[in-house]
Amino acid sequence: MAQITMTQALNLAIDEAMAEDAGVFCLGEDVSAKQGGGVFKVTSGLTEKYGEHRIRATPISETAIIGAAVGAALAGQRPIAEIMLMNFVGVCMDQIVNHAAKLRFMSGGQTPCPMVIRTTTGVGVGFGGQHSDMLEAWFAHVAGIHVVTPSNAADARGLMRASIDANDPVIFIENILCYGLKSEDPGPGYRVPLGKAAIAREGTDISLITYGRTVLDALAVADDLAKEGISVEVIDLRTIAPYDEATVLASVRKTGRAITLHEAVRPFGTGAEIAANIQEKCWDSLKGPVRRIGGTFSAVPFASHLEQAWIPQKSDMIAQIKASVGKV
Amino acid sequence: MAQIDRDKLLDIYTRTMKVNRTDEKFRELLMGGKVAVMYYCVRGQELVSAAAMAALEKEDYVVCTYRGQGEQTAKGIPMEKWWGECLGKATGTCKGKGGTMHITDPDTGIMVTTGVVGSGLPIANGLAMASQNNGDGRVTLVSFGDGAANIGGFHEAMNMAQLYKLPVIFLCQNNRYGEHTAYADHTDSPNIATRAAGYGMKGVTVDGNDVHQIYPAMQEAVARARAGEGPTLVEAMCYRMMGHFFGADFSYMPPEHIAEMKAEDPLPKLRKVMLEHQFTEEELDAIVADINAQIDAAVEHALNAPLPDTDEIYKDVLEETA
Repeated sequence: MAQITMTQALNLAIDEAMAEDAGVFCLGEDVSAKQGGGVFKVTSGLTEKYGEHRIRATPISETAIIGAAVGAALAGQRPIAEIMLMNFVGVCMDQIVNHAAKLRFMSGGQTPCPMVIRTTTGVGVGFGGQHSDMLEAWFAHVAGIHVVTPSNAADARGLMRASIDANDPVIFIENILCYGLKSEDPGPGYRVPLGKAAIAREGTDISLITYGRTVLDALAVADDLAKEGISVEVIDLRTIAPYDEATVLASVRKTGRAITLHEAVRPFGTGAEIAANIQEKCWDSLKGPVRRIGGTFSAVPFASHLEQAWIPQKSDMIAQIKASVGKV
Repeated sequence: MAQIDRDKLLDIYTRTMKVNRTDEKFRELLMGGKVAVMYYCVRGQELVSAAAMAALEKEDYVVCTYRGQGEQTAKGIPMEKWWGECLGKATGTCKGKGGTMHITDPDTGIMVTTGVVGSGLPIANGLAMASQNNGDGRVTLVSFGDGAANIGGFHEAMNMAQLYKLPVIFLCQNNRYGEHTAYADHTDSPNIATRAAGYGMKGVTVDGNDVHQIYPAMQEAVARARAGEGPTLVEAMCYRMMGHFFGADFSYMPPEHIAEMKAEDPLPKLRKVMLEHQFTEEELDAIVADINAQIDAAVEHALNAPLPDTDEIYKDVLEETA
């Protein structure tokens, strides 16, 4: 089978959904062919197939973009709105939090809001403080939204299809550093159900629970530690909210130890919620405290060595895993 | 003066009185201690809503605000469902989960009632965009106040609607107050409609207390939208005769101004127009009596209706909890 990048995977999933359902359309800044098919090229080639009404390039107006997606979704369409960089969601939080997330509930189920908000972010590309934040916790804290992020191209294809199918709003976070990652193409129609985690690597000594780009770090660390006889189970949540609690708890009951890991800053992050839940529900199985690893609690710095130091370090993951399993 | 035929005048009168009698009834219930909920009075603005809804078709979409009673009842939400929702009952439009500030009734075209000032405009664009995408010929109307014209979303939405020539009508009910702040204290331009020019959009300011101005302006805006000629900003000058919400202190509203604005009250003016068109006092009174009877029955039904099950807090969060 052919190898595809995550960019191609997302493009294929959107293309396929647009071909199957005339109600699926894209809107966002610079997304159409005139502007080159999106800053990261995810919508490249789609204007030529579907026209400028279904690949709508918008003004730089995040509130209007998300508001339009909300309205179109209420009218029965399936908009895919792009917020070019995740930090810009601050501009349109009212539309996401007060409207997209709540209109199903507040209308007593009459007006579901089936829309995907694609957004991009990631530490490690030198974008500095206002273009790099992982803000998934903001949305995980709001009832009525799915929060999704793929760690590989095949999942990206499957998760995007499932997100477009979903009858509720989905925040779909794409990590810039993952766009070039290649996987075998899972082929047309492939779907990864929302709310299902993957066990990215089986292990018996400790559960490392993560998602997005840090899955790559977790797998590398697990490889290294395997050589030292420590067996790390890596769980890729894929859907951050609502997350696959059953898979997480089953893994921790098996290994007896857990660490949460994410690129977002550690305080008040999603790892804290997952860690607290594990301690409540797996207390009898735990052999030690659940630990958390996250980004430094500061803005993301620009200078490359500072930026690299900001990201959760593999050396820290190794140290914490060893401390957990008692092999300091 | 634009001519409005007798049937349409009767339609507008009926809708106006439905809004007015509903408002009166709500205040009566609140003052009598029968209910204790948030309610945003529409006294003084009845005609604007009624004329706007009379210019739309049943299938057309409406987005309104917490002060949306006029649009909701004039567009035709069944009274029992409307009162049920306002009283938080299981029989309400939203099973009691929306409330006075969040009434939704897609059957009537009331797609969103938002409690966040100005946030309806970007959503209205999306409803209109869906109509443009699938060619269903529907028009979307979004109603908001003068205060909403100062949020960022207003400007983003106006620009986007004109850019795409969306079939949307922006109806600004300039009731002279943004919450507790008088128009002159929040905006230093004489009116809102002139802003339309900044987006290349058609904008008109009309007297919202005069049926011969507001209705033709709405009709024209609907026709333009329906014909694919794009959005219109209609600013209806009107007056909120009471405070921001029922029970709130409104000493910030100068009594002499209230007295002055009472002379502009749209209800006696409309009644005069009806009489000029050979409707009799008896006919008009009979319409009001009929509306009163319907409202009384609907309120009685809502007061006796069951409360939603507590389990409802877990339902309709996501599809799997529906």
